[in-house]
Amino acid sequence: MKISEIIKLTEARVVAGDSKNQLVIERAFSSDLMSDVLTLDDHHIILITGLANVQLIRTVEVADVPVVLLCRNKKATPDMIELANENAIVLLETPFSIFRVSGILYQNGLKPLY
Amino acid sequence: MLKLEFNIIGGDFNQAGKASSKIKKKLKQLEIEPATIKRIVVATYEAELNVVAHASSGKLIAIFESDHIQITIIDCGPGIENIDRAMEAGFSTASKKVREMGFGAGMGLPNIKKNTDELKIESEVGKGSTISFKIFY
Repeated sequence: MKISEIIKLTEARVVAGDSKNQLVIERAFSSDLMSDVLTLDDHHIILITGLANVQLIRTVEVADVPVVLLCRNKKATPDMIELANENAIVLLETPFSIFRVSGILYQNGLKPLY
Repeated sequence: MLKLEFNIIGGDFNQAGKASSKIKKKLKQLEIEPATIKRIVVATYEAELNVVAHASSGKLIAIFESDHIQITIIDCGPGIENIDRAMEAGFSTASKKVREMGFGAGMGLPNIKKNTDELKIESEVGKGSTISFKIFY
C-alpha cells in the first residue's frame, strides 16, 4: 500500500517526511511499547501508535521503520518533527483511534506482522 | 581500525540514542549490509537505553574492525544483582517514568543477546556494569 493511500484512508496529516514518498508498505504493527518495536525483524512497515515523544522517533530510526502514524490527535512535538525529517521518516497524525486505523488498513489489504 | 567514543548521561532520555544514530551513519558510509546494520544499531541502542534508564553516567566505545564491530558500554550505575535473571525476558527493574516512555519491559538484554554474535556482561552491585559485544558484518 502506498503512503498516499494510507493518508487518504486514515484522513491523516503529514507532519514530517515526504508525503510523495513512493515506498510501498506491506505490513503494519500497532504498539505503544518501544521495547517491542525494537524486536521487529521486518522492514517497510508502518508503526501505528498512541505514543508521541522523541524516543518514539529514535526507536523507529534504529528499527528501520519508515512510516509512523500517531493516532487519536496525538501531536508531534517540534523535536520529533526535526528528528523525523533528519532521518527521512514519514510522520503522520490522524484523528482516528489505533483500533479504527488498524481495522481500516487491515480491511484494505495491509498485512499484520505477526 | 576506527574507534568512536561517546559519553552517556544517565536520566537524559532526550539524548538517548544519539550514539547509536552516529554509529548507524558510520556503518552506512562503510556500506555494511542493512540487516547487519540493524542488528548492530538495535543492540547498541538497547545498551545505551540501559545506561540512561539505570545509571548516572556511562561511556560507549565502538571499534570498527575489518570484519566485525566491537561495542563496549561501561556505566557507573547500581550494577546487576543477578545477571541470569536480567537475561530472562520480562524481568525488569525499570522505573515508572521509563515505562511511560515505552521502555522497561524487560526485553533489553534478551534483545541484545538475540542481535549479537558474542556478548559479555560483567557487573558489580553498587559500582556499575560493563557490557561488551561483537557483531560480524
